[in-house]
This record gives sequence, structure tokens and C-alpha cells, in this order.
Amino acid sequence: MKYFQMLFGAMILLTCAATAQQTAGAPGAGNSGDVSAMEQKIRDLEDRLVMLEGQVRQLKAQGAQAPSENAAAPATDLSAPSTQTQVTAPEEAVRSGASAGDNVRLGGAGGAAAKALNPDISVIGDFIGGAGHNPLNPTPSFQMHESEVGLQAIVDPYARADFFISFGETGVNLEEGFITFTALPAGFVAKAGKMRASFGKVNTLHNHVLPWVDRPLVSQNLVGGEDGIDDAGFSVEHIIPAPKNWFLDFTGQTFRGDSADVYTASNKNDLSVVGHLRGYRDLTDNSNLDLGVSYSRGHNLFGSDFITQLYGLDATYHWKPLQRSIYKSFIARSEFIWRQQNQPSPLACQTITCPPSTAGGVQRAFGFYASGDFQFARRWFVGGRVDNSDRAFNSHLNDKGGSVVLTYWPSEFAQVRGQYRFTRYADRFDAHEAFIQLQFALGAHGAHPF
Amino acid sequence: MRLRSTVFSFALAACLSIATFSPSTAAAKNLKVITTLTDLASLTQEVGGDKVDVEALAKGYQDPHFVDPKPSFLLKLRHADLLILVGLDLEIGWLPPLITQGGNGNIQPASAGYLDASQFAEILEIPQSAVTRAEGDVHPLGNPHYWLDPDNGGRIAKGIATKLAEMDPADRAYFQQREQDFEKRLAEADKKWQGQMAPYRGRKVVTYHRSWPNFAKHFGLDVIGYIEPRPGIPPTPSHTIELVNLMKRENVKIELIEPYFDVKTPDSIARMTGAKVVVMMPSVGGKPEITDYFKLFDYDIGILTQAFQQTQ
Repeated sequence: MKYFQMLFGAMILLTCAATAQQTAGAPGAGNSGDVSAMEQKIRDLEDRLVMLEGQVRQLKAQGAQAPSENAAAPATDLSAPSTQTQVTAPEEAVRSGASAGDNVRLGGAGGAAAKALNPDISVIGDFIGGAGHNPLNPTPSFQMHESEVGLQAIVDPYARADFFISFGETGVNLEEGFITFTALPAGFVAKAGKMRASFGKVNTLHNHVLPWVDRPLVSQNLVGGEDGIDDAGFSVEHIIPAPKNWFLDFTGQTFRGDSADVYTASNKNDLSVVGHLRGYRDLTDNSNLDLGVSYSRGHNLFGSDFITQLYGLDATYHWKPLQRSIYKSFIARSEFIWRQQNQPSPLACQTITCPPSTAGGVQRAFGFYASGDFQFARRWFVGGRVDNSDRAFNSHLNDKGGSVVLTYWPSEFAQVRGQYRFTRYADRFDAHEAFIQLQFALGAHGAHPF
Repeated sequence: MRLRSTVFSFALAACLSIATFSPSTAAAKNLKVITTLTDLASLTQEVGGDKVDVEALAKGYQDPHFVDPKPSFLLKLRHADLLILVGLDLEIGWLPPLITQGGNGNIQPASAGYLDASQFAEILEIPQSAVTRAEGDVHPLGNPHYWLDPDNGGRIAKGIATKLAEMDPADRAYFQQREQDFEKRLAEADKKWQGQMAPYRGRKVVTYHRSWPNFAKHFGLDVIGYIEPRPGIPPTPSHTIELVNLMKRENVKIELIEPYFDVKTPDSIARMTGAKVVVMMPSVGGKPEITDYFKLFDYDIGILTQAFQQTQ
């Protein structure tokens, strides 16, 4: 705390000096050389004061250990104004010093200092109202779908950590909780913990950054639905040297092997792996193309001897005129996913019209979505999505559908969305549904990767 | 299938490391500096001369609050020796994921290669009480548009010079000499700018966003209202009416707006009040001819004084 005292002392001295300079300067105004020299001197003093203010801010931000009690006392009578800039600092010092002195402290650092090291805390609420008829997959009329609590901070000079805890109406789920090692040699970035796997695009996204109320059919049917491939393990990412203007990045991940209905680890060795290669290129200052190839492999719920493999392709095109970036943008995205699943032969073929591909105890399913979202005003977005996907466990059954979406942002921190969705399940059952979604954010939610 | 997946992933990691451990010690040992905004790049260039390679991430005509953290920025960041940012949470929406993903230990927060320029500058509008978002997108640490005061420009340059000298001690004298030269030129230019602005000191203006408090303080303008009802919240009809009445009452004839805002509301205010919309550039590169920190003020003061003359 000595530091603060010294800084405050220095500021007071400077203030006095400046006052003295000014009053002394006035009568001798006839001599223009003297005046300009003094002006220069005052300017220098002002600069030094600003520098000291900056250092005080830095110290405060770094969470100074204990609040000062005594620095305030001598400063009070000296805070008489001299020049505009110079007043602010001592006054501020008095205020912060005095209020800190008034606080009752029971050991340890005082309030502000302790809070400085708290992680960034955020809560994002996701409320959904649904209407319409769905014979296969009905949704409730109202649901507080998710309350996602984010806790994010830098751990030490070598790592940061991010926790996203998802509270449903009844249960709690650790959606993600991982440490990221940011200072590894040779440009590697490693993560360990529970995380959403880098399989394609939608699987990596939290609910609140999706451009829709729901997730596409292909995610629901083939990649584990809302939870997706979300598992404990580790991840290594590295940027690969590439031809000019291309960004190539490889992510390799190994997980325990438990993810929704995709993977099940029957014993410790049933690990699952995910690999993702991403290629990105700026087409112009305003537009870019983002391509990805994904592969994943793991053991499924039929036992250690049965393997599920996923192959994915994703493409995203962004357009955003930089000078009007807050008013207009367009994003087109699409993902193609193939799922190949080994399973005991009798199960592979449940109906009489058994397609030849499933005969050997292998289910091959394919699905895709394609969507476009256009921002037509600062707070308005309109979009649509086309869905098509086979069923993972019964791949000759096919679901298809489509949605239109309208989104409004009252501010950056809240969002209202309406979605109309049509689905035809198994080429037979039709569902017409309308959703309204309210999302709202509290606190400092860290920005998401592009 | 025992352990095959584990082996697979380790093999992948091994391949990658071989591919990337190739020697990368280039011949030219210029410091590689990346700045978030073009203004900081210009100041770094002034001080660093030909001993540094400087590049900015955002464009000068772009809203610095809303920049996409594009992967192409990662390519620039991953080999940077020094990252200079505006700080005060201006880049909070896009810089942190870039720093995390870049895999560059030099530029992590609190490392030697991470320089928050706000520590050198005079910061205005620091909230004195607790802030809530009912006030809009407020910056709890103070107004981050501080580079628009030439005095702060000089101070930041000095801070950058100190940092460059720390990282490249052999060229300390060079950086110091360039910094002093820059300050001298800046003082001369400032005298000229002050002269141009002298007839208009104390004039009342309104601005779109709170981007101009440092500029207004330095050149003696009086900002009495904002087109945004609260920072980051788009104009609303009721607030616009209030503002129009205020402008009529106070006889305000100038609206300062940033190039990335829609001019529809400012234009309709102009029709109702007879005021003039002046699109000022908040950053170097906002127009092709604004190539450095000096030209930024040349341009802004040029169009501002012209607008004052026209509305007399």
C-alpha cells in the first residue's frame, strides 16, 4: 500500500507546484519568453499527472492488496482547484481513500480489492414459449429452457479457464468447464476439461449464439441433439502454415467417450476422438469463407465392439460491410453429416422393407441443413433454414423440415425471436409449430470465437 | 480397438509438432507490433520508424466496438512481439478470444508484449458510482475514445517509446529521438489546429455516440447532447424530439457523427433544426487520405471549421 501513498503524495506536490507556477506567472506576464517556458512546464506537469493517474488506475485494476486509510487525511485541505485536470486526481484520491477508511474490515483485503480478482460472471436466460401440434416430439407451452451461468477468468500467466453451467428448470449440467493453456511453445493451444467438441459448427455453439430457437434436425438425429458431442477430455489446436491469405487450423481431441446417444464408453478404453480441419479465407474486407472437415469416432451403446463414426463438412459465408457493420450483414451456413454405426445385426433391420445397406449390421445415415440469416436493420434479422436427416438408429426413416425466423434485439444484451417450424417426420407425420424465445444476458459474458 | 484412439491422437500431435518446429528466426529483427486500432498503429510507426513492423487489426472506418474476431487476425497475432490495445473494455467483444486462440505467449494479458495504452492517457467520464446497463452500453472504466486528444497522442507515443526501448534496448536512443521529434511536430501542428479552432471555442454541439469528449475538451467544444438516448442504444423518436427542442433552445447548429452510423436520424434532426451533419473520422484510415495521426486532425478540423463557417 506504500505505493498508493507515494503516488498520492506526488500528486499533491504536483498540484501545489502547478498552483504556485500559475500565481507566480500572472504578474510577470509581460515577459513572453518566461510565460511560454512556464506554459511548457505546466504542460509537462500535466503530462506527469496523467501518467500518475494512469498508474493509479493500473494498480487499482490489478487489485491492490488493502485499502488505504491514511493517504486521505493530508490531501483534504489541498484539493483546492488549480487547473481543471489537476483537480480530478486528488479529489478522486480523497474520495476513494475516505470511503475505504470508513469501511469496517474484518481481516483480509477490503471489498473492492477482493472483487478485483473475481472471475467475470454472467447469466444468460433462455425462455421459450411454444404453440402448435407435434405428434412425435411435443414441446411445453412455456419453459425456462436454460439459464447459463458463465464464470471466466485468467488462471495464471499460462492459462485461462471458462466454466459454463447450464441450469434447466429441474437439473444442473456442466455444459463446459475447461482450462486453456495459452502460452505453450510453438503456437499450440491446449484445453483440458469438459467441452463441446469441435465437430462441425453447430456442435460447438452454445444455445444463445444459435441463429434459431432449436437446433437443426441433423444435429438432433445424428449428433446428439442439444447436448451434442460434449465430453470430458483434452484438445490440442494448432495453426498450420498455409498458402498466402489462407488460415488453416487443426484441432485434435480425445474424450472419455460418453456423449448423448452418439457415444457410450462401456469401459475405460472406449475413448472417442474428434478431428477438425478448418480453412478460412477473407474474400474481401467485407466477406469471408469458412470451410471445415470433421471426423469423429467412438464406441456406441451396443458395447465396446460397436463403433460409431461421424463425418462432417461445413461451410459458412459471411458478408458484413465494415463501414455499416452494425446495420447490415448476411450469413449463409450449411453442414453435411454422415453417420455410420455398427450394431448387432438383428437390430439393424427392424422392418420388412430392409434396405440393402443395413444388412451387415451397419446403419448409414445422412443429414444436412442449409440456412441464411440477413440483418436488415440495426436490430432486426430475418432468416430461414432447410432441414433433412435420416434417423441414426433406423436410417431408412427420413425427417425433413423448414423454418423461418425473425429476430429483434432491444439492445445488445437482450433478444426476442419468433420461429415458425414445419417438420415431416418419417415422411408421414406433419408438425406445425411456432416458438417465441426471449434471451437476456447479465454481467460480463466473454466474447465467443468467430 | 484397445487404446487405438489414444495412440491416434498422440500421433496427430506428434506430426503437428514436427511440422511446426521448423526454425523461424528471420534475418530482419524488427519488432512485430500489432495494434487493435489504426491510431495506435500510426503512433507506433511515428516512434518506431523503420525498426518496427506495425499493423492494425480494425479498419479506420469501422465501429471499434463491433469487430468480428476473424481467423485472419490470428495469423497476424500469432507472430506478434507486441500487442497494443486501447483498453477500457473497448475491444472486450472481440479481442479476448483472439488472444486466447492465437497461441502466442508473448501477448497474453500482463505479459511483456501486452500494452494497454489507456494507462498513459487522460481518461474522461470515469463513472464515480456503480454502473448498471440501464444506462446502456457504458464503459465502467471510463471513455475509451481518448486518442482523439493530441495531448493524449503525445503521451501514448511516449509510453510506446518506453515499451519499444524495453523490448529492443539497442535502439533505445533511436526511439527516444523519434519520440521527441514526434512531440515537437505534434506541438507545432496543435498550435495550427488550435488557431483554426480558436474562433469556435465554446461552441455547443451534439454528437451521435460519446466518442468525442477528449476532442471536445482539447478544442474547447461544448457537447450538450447525444443522438443516442444512451450509449449503444439506437435513436428513439421521443429522445430525438427532446434533442431537437434542446438544440433549438441552445441554438446548436452542428451534429458530429461517426462514419459507421446511419445518417437517417441525424439528417432528419438537421432538417428540423437547420443544423449541419458533420461526419468526423474517429480513426486514422477512415478516409483514404487520412494516412496518419496528423492527417486525422487535419481532416476533422478541416471539415469542422468549414461546417462552423457555413452555419454562422
